[in-house]
Amino acid sequence: MQDQALFEYVLRLADDSLILGQRLGEWCGHGPILEEDIALTNISLDLIGQAISLYDLASELEGAGKNHDQLAYLRFENEYKNVLLVEQPNGDFAMTILRQFFFDAFRLPLYEALMQSPVAQLAAIAAKSVKETRYHLKHTSEWVIRMGDGTDESHERAQAAIDHLWRYTSELFFEDNIDEQLQERQLVPSLKGIQANWMETVKAVLSEATLTIPTNNWKFEGGRQGRHSEHMGYILADLQYMQRAYPNMEW
Amino acid sequence: MTQAEQERRFLDKIDREIKIEPNDWMPDEYRQTLIRQISQHAHSEIVGMLPEGNWITRAPNLRRKAVLLAKVQDEAGHGLYLYSATETLGADREQLMDDMHSGKAKYSSIFNYPALTWADIGTIGWLVDGAAIMNQVALCRTSYGPYARAMVKICKEESFHQRQGYESLMKLCNGTPQQKAMAQDAMNRFWWPALMMFGPSDAESTHSDQSIKWKIKRFTNDELRQSFVDATVSQAEILGLTIPDPNLKWNEERGHYDFSEINWEEFWQVVKGNGPCNKERIAARLKAKQEGLWVREAANAFAKKRAMKKSA
Amino acid sequence: MSTTQWPLWEVFIRSKQGLNHKHVGSLRAPDATLALENARDVYTRRSEGISIWVVESANIHATDIDDADSFFEPSDTKIYRHPTFYEVPDGVKHM
Ligand SMILES: [Fe+2]
Ligand SMILES: [Fe+2]
Ligand SMILES: [Fe+2]
Repeated sequence: MQDQALFEYVLRLADDSLILGQRLGEWCGHGPILEEDIALTNISLDLIGQAISLYDLASELEGAGKNHDQLAYLRFENEYKNVLLVEQPNGDFAMTILRQFFFDAFRLPLYEALMQSPVAQLAAIAAKSVKETRYHLKHTSEWVIRMGDGTDESHERAQAAIDHLWRYTSELFFEDNIDEQLQERQLVPSLKGIQANWMETVKAVLSEATLTIPTNNWKFEGGRQGRHSEHMGYILADLQYMQRAYPNMEW
Repeated sequence: MTQAEQERRFLDKIDREIKIEPNDWMPDEYRQTLIRQISQHAHSEIVGMLPEGNWITRAPNLRRKAVLLAKVQDEAGHGLYLYSATETLGADREQLMDDMHSGKAKYSSIFNYPALTWADIGTIGWLVDGAAIMNQVALCRTSYGPYARAMVKICKEESFHQRQGYESLMKLCNGTPQQKAMAQDAMNRFWWPALMMFGPSDAESTHSDQSIKWKIKRFTNDELRQSFVDATVSQAEILGLTIPDPNLKWNEERGHYDFSEINWEEFWQVVKGNGPCNKERIAARLKAKQEGLWVREAANAFAKKRAMKKSA
Repeated sequence: MSTTQWPLWEVFIRSKQGLNHKHVGSLRAPDATLALENARDVYTRRSEGISIWVVESANIHATDIDDADSFFEPSDTKIYRHPTFYEVPDGVKHM
């Protein structure tokens, strides 16, 4: 391996996209109205597309001759490095939209910064994904505002989703020596700045939605190091089913 | 203008292949027939998302996952285009959906069969979308303008559905013996239900005659079914799959393939609600409707609030 | 029963720069912002457009089908409005 740190970094991005895309895929055919069913699937498709590009880059960096599917499908649970937020169950529409909103508000400034990365392939993926993500954030923000400032029931559901998901948001800005090393080499941005930007977006949208930010900032973390929630095993059972049940076949 | 005059004008338009448009005068029965047929078609697109959707999380690789997502998403779009066409006739989408949930309105019976293996996904694309396309291409020339236009759009999008299914089966048929067997098993289960998609035989079909006269339908059920069989035999040969019908053979005289009689009892049982998945399909759609209720209400309430703010 | 139905919107799409917006269909949405977003997802999944208009269907005013004769037939006879009405000798260029 040429660049273990960069490989790990890209893998984290890829796993976030894959697992969230996988979760959104569960909605297909079950959305609250046809128009929104189609919208959620579009976001899922963007995320799966991003995951493919990111895994391609990761496999190039790894240099072990694995393709994107082998990376996406054939690791053990503790080798997936996505944040806990993206593996949380869809719950109701409010839970799904808030999960997506928190993620989009993080991904947008991150991609914007990564566009400046001297790692050309990463900058290119960021440049393509930033447009998709800007749209996702717009769409999820619209919905957060409508739910928050809609009916009593929608307000309650949105607030409950925020209260539940808040514990998983700090992990978005988790940094360890992989990040430090890459930041020192000026290949990736510091997540401190991204976090400030995220907080600004969250505050603005939640305030327009008449929703409140929880005061309990106790953190749930572990995903970035491969320690997941109980949900992850089931996600992988579905995701990997075909590859595990029928090893070494092409589909 | 008298009713008789209007009727004569209407039939004259039909004769001259002039499309009927939403505000044109039309016999009430024409309107009702269209609403029934188009909504049934729309329901089929939407319920059709379920058997395939159940494999999205298990798709064997990322490319197939994306393709399947895009395909099932298209079906939602098709449902939407078709509901829109019914709304030009004065129907109401939510009401139509309620009719499906209550069992009053039907959808294509094929979607009451389960998708059990990954090979079913390829087979559905190839045979089920293939059979649907056979129907839909014919409907691109249907006499009602909005329906015809929706069909044109749908047919354009459908062309990738059948191809991706066939391509996926190609992989299985050129793969390991286990994969090939999986494909043959799917073929065995889906062949007859696919033929049933064209509906009852012409002798039994209650609505066919009038629909043909009004050019809502351009071909009869049996004609379309025959075209489908004729088109599919060589496609199966290329895959190396056996069509599960010992009586299937080319009839030189007719210039068509002969095939066995469909098991009509099974057909009617599934139509009446006794297919393997009827209950699950309706339950899933009803659940989506009910769980979406507060979402739709919220958006309405928000829109009202904003409109009031604006005017204040 | 249909208490939560969203209003109907008509969707118009400009497929490329230099062309008119063209009616492509309709959809349901609670307000204009989401109508535009829904239109994007429903009607431009295959790069069909670069610009979208949405109009609430209730705001569309249409000619009455019963007036069609008086509205449109009078212009049928005014064939002198078309260039083909006029004869120009073969040798005349740039006209
Ligand atoms: Fe279909
Ligand atoms: Fe379709
Ligand atoms: Fe299809």
